[in-house]
Amino acid sequence: MSDRRSEWLDGVKQGIPIACGYFFVSFTFGILGASLGFRWWETVLISMTNLTSAGQVAGVWTIAAGGSAVELALSQLLINLRYSLMGISLSQNTDDDFTGVKRATLGFGITDEIYAVAVNRPKPVSSWFFFGLIFLPYFGWSLGTLAGALFGGVIPESVTNVMTLAIYGMFIAIVFPHMRKERGVLVVALLAAAVSCVMYVVPLLSRIPVGFRIIVCAVLAAVAGAILFPIPEIGGDGDA
Amino acid sequence: MPRFFAYAAVMMAVTYLVRAVPFTAFRRKVKNRFVRSFLYYIPYAVLMAMTFPAALFATSSLIVSSCGLVVAAVLAFRGRGLVTVSLGACAGAFAAMFVMWLIP
Repeated sequence: MSDRRSEWLDGVKQGIPIACGYFFVSFTFGILGASLGFRWWETVLISMTNLTSAGQVAGVWTIAAGGSAVELALSQLLINLRYSLMGISLSQNTDDDFTGVKRATLGFGITDEIYAVAVNRPKPVSSWFFFGLIFLPYFGWSLGTLAGALFGGVIPESVTNVMTLAIYGMFIAIVFPHMRKERGVLVVALLAAAVSCVMYVVPLLSRIPVGFRIIVCAVLAAVAGAILFPIPEIGGDGDA
Repeated sequence: MPRFFAYAAVMMAVTYLVRAVPFTAFRRKVKNRFVRSFLYYIPYAVLMAMTFPAALFATSSLIVSSCGLVVAAVLAFRGRGLVTVSLGACAGAFAAMFVMWLIP
């Protein structure tokens, strides 16, 4: 029992910086929602039911533009497809008790940052640790959106403009430390960024919807990384 | 916005299923080295593809964005946390904006 408690608390503790970052980032999402004509509770509802940055931004743009449900569903699928890959990746490092209903429920909380923390954990991820980990970030994300939707209008546009960089700062904070330590990550990250920029610039390729572009770049870069810099075998049991 | 709830339901359903189904269904340990390597690299690749070039156009000017990103990169390379790097990105961009405002 104390084991559950300590696991949960360990998760909560590691979730604190994520929650702070989320509050800040979702504040800018709240501002965006308000500027697109959403009511405050609509923006907050989207944050509470989605818990994802890029997908939500694409979502409110599509809704505000009067896009179809199919377009909305497709954009969400493409942009959030990485969570499927993260879910599979994370399933490799969970303890024996973290199965079935627990996974179906807590799987809701897989985000880039939560995944990054969980997958970097030296010991297997328990359901209580994962529950603790998503606990504060969920409130951070929801409350930040609420604050942004209610008070964002008070802040001058030049300021809110710059604040949108926060979300990318968060992505950089996750990737760059690994780039320094591992050559594989360095090459994969540079390749993904380069291909993404090329696809943005080249006339025909730039017409590909942004969500799909991200998938193409990521798969290309990750395949290259897997071929050039395969990660070490588990325990050396010789299974290829 | 009566259609809002339909839109919100679609968003929620797709986002949830994309996350929970593979996570719940996948029980076996992947032993294939290529697949494990691919899964290891995919999040880094996704995040970088999302950051570039989108982050460069996040603010009103390319220079302002670049300054913010350089500050974030330096902080992240030094292993600083999520909040520090995020705030650093904004601070760097603000500084650049201020300098550009001083120089007409």
